Amino acid sequence: MSEAALSRPAMAAAARPGRRVRPFSATGLPGFTAVAVAVFLLLYLPIAALIVYSFNASNSIVNWGGFSLRWYEAAWNNRAVQDAAVRSLVIATVAALASTALATLAAIGTTRQGRFRGRMAIWGTINLPLMVPEIVTGVALLIVFGQVRAWTGYQGLGYLMLAHTAFCIPFAYLPIRARLETMDRTLETAAADLYASPWQAFRRVTLPLLAPGIAAGMMLAFVISLDDVIITEFVKSAGQDTLPTWMLGQFRRTLTPEVNAISTAILALTLVPLTAFFLVTRRRPPTHR
Amino acid sequence: MSAAGLAEQARAARRARTGWLLSAPALLVLLVGAAGPLLIVFAYSVLTRGEYGGVQLPLSGEGWFRVLFQRDIFDDTISLNTAHLAILWRSVWLSLATTAITFVLGLPTAWFIATRPERTRALWLFLITIPFWTNLLIRTFAVMEVIRNEGILNSLLLRLGLIERPIQILFTDWATLIGMAYVYLPLMVLPLYAAIDRFDMRLLEAGYDLYASRWRVLRRVVLPLIRPGIVAGCILVFIPSLGAYVTPRVLGGGTNMMIGNFIELQFGQGRNWPLGAALAVTLLVVVMGALLLYLRVTQPARARDE
Repeated sequence: MSEAALSRPAMAAAARPGRRVRPFSATGLPGFTAVAVAVFLLLYLPIAALIVYSFNASNSIVNWGGFSLRWYEAAWNNRAVQDAAVRSLVIATVAALASTALATLAAIGTTRQGRFRGRMAIWGTINLPLMVPEIVTGVALLIVFGQVRAWTGYQGLGYLMLAHTAFCIPFAYLPIRARLETMDRTLETAAADLYASPWQAFRRVTLPLLAPGIAAGMMLAFVISLDDVIITEFVKSAGQDTLPTWMLGQFRRTLTPEVNAISTAILALTLVPLTAFFLVTRRRPPTHR
Repeated sequence: MSAAGLAEQARAARRARTGWLLSAPALLVLLVGAAGPLLIVFAYSVLTRGEYGGVQLPLSGEGWFRVLFQRDIFDDTISLNTAHLAILWRSVWLSLATTAITFVLGLPTAWFIATRPERTRALWLFLITIPFWTNLLIRTFAVMEVIRNEGILNSLLLRLGLIERPIQILFTDWATLIGMAYVYLPLMVLPLYAAIDRFDMRLLEAGYDLYASRWRVLRRVVLPLIRPGIVAGCILVFIPSLGAYVTPRVLGGGTNMMIGNFIELQFGQGRNWPLGAALAVTLLVVVMGALLLYLRVTQPARARDE
């Protein structure tokens, strides 16, 4: 008889409910659980407070004056906020679509052609925005776009769209590339065996299989563009505030819960797609590394 | 060379061309909207400061000189610029302190997540990533509301009788530190979690079987084995801390600048673009150095491979 079989009744006894003795947990470390729980509380407490006070009826962001939606109404009717919100959404949509399209092409180019000269250089350039501090990119674009403005006289949102598309590319690229690398290539080979042209194989086999990666990339790019403060602050010209830069400007004044209301709305806007994404990807059986 | 070899070479060349062609549009946008302008910053750092901002010829080392030094207006004596040094020093110590705090808090958190049952682990991990994906400005604002004089923290301490009047935290270095630790914590937890997830928990039992105490197991078994995760987490927190702009601006107030705010000042009111550019290049070089270290630590096999 094996040892494992012998010890099983003993283990069952230890696990029997009602016994006060806690079994020795090998994975427990002193104080770790307490710190972890505190961390989760500290992480969510400020956000929770921010959301709660967005429903405050009084003028103050610290004294509670009863429940009200007046600040949401105020934000909704605030012309500057409306304009900034529309601008944010337009820029984020353009940046998400453009960067995802470019990133998809680049991901196919860098994963489906085997190894070639300069592949690491391409990879490095694509990931550059993740590495360079935003403040440095910000001043660099301030200099260059300022010059272009002076030469061409063009003042529109194009500069912001270009800058956002550029720094969104790596965020769109990474999930798409990850998906391409883990995808079963035999299906593409099978399509080719069945006389599909490269385009047909891509359109009918690769692209549908790649769709979750593309969706994830686009969602990330959208959220990243929507959140950007620093680069936007440097690239925008007068009257081109996005929601985050508008909020940054507000911090110099006396704050009302209107800022809380706007923050809560932005939170909802980013959290809903994230949560949906989490729930959708969770349903699949966990892939093991 | 054999015909087969030539054909293979031609195919490789075609594949390389396709690879470059498919990547070209993305590279073009990155060149115009991210990478190319960085080169202009280098150029600006060695030009002469323009009277109303901007730069002009001739080439000059003045921008770089002024990063650390100053020249007396009357007798041209050169001395270290203590105001600049103070800002650089603040950037470094605040970033190091942020790294230390996030490590002390992040390690238990990552450990906690990694030791949850498979079923709930994804949820805990998700709870850590949510703040990571929410707007940095909003999270900074949330911290501001907690630590301000009339904020939750001070009201709580007052009510408990621990203090007699509110402690001024907002607009001090401590506010920046708290804010950065709060904002960058997920960047520490995620790589630590990845390392702990790969850690073989049976080694703990082996340690206990050999009569090691919990602390000893932590110090002698766990920490050495998750070292790559620790280094990765520390670098990932240190880099954005050093380049932080929003957090020190909102929480530190106007005077407690870090290097990011100092750079902005040179391009705004300071009207010293060469100095701003030199500071930006300095920051870029330090960050790139830290990143190279990060790449060497996290993917040594891959680096050798390619």
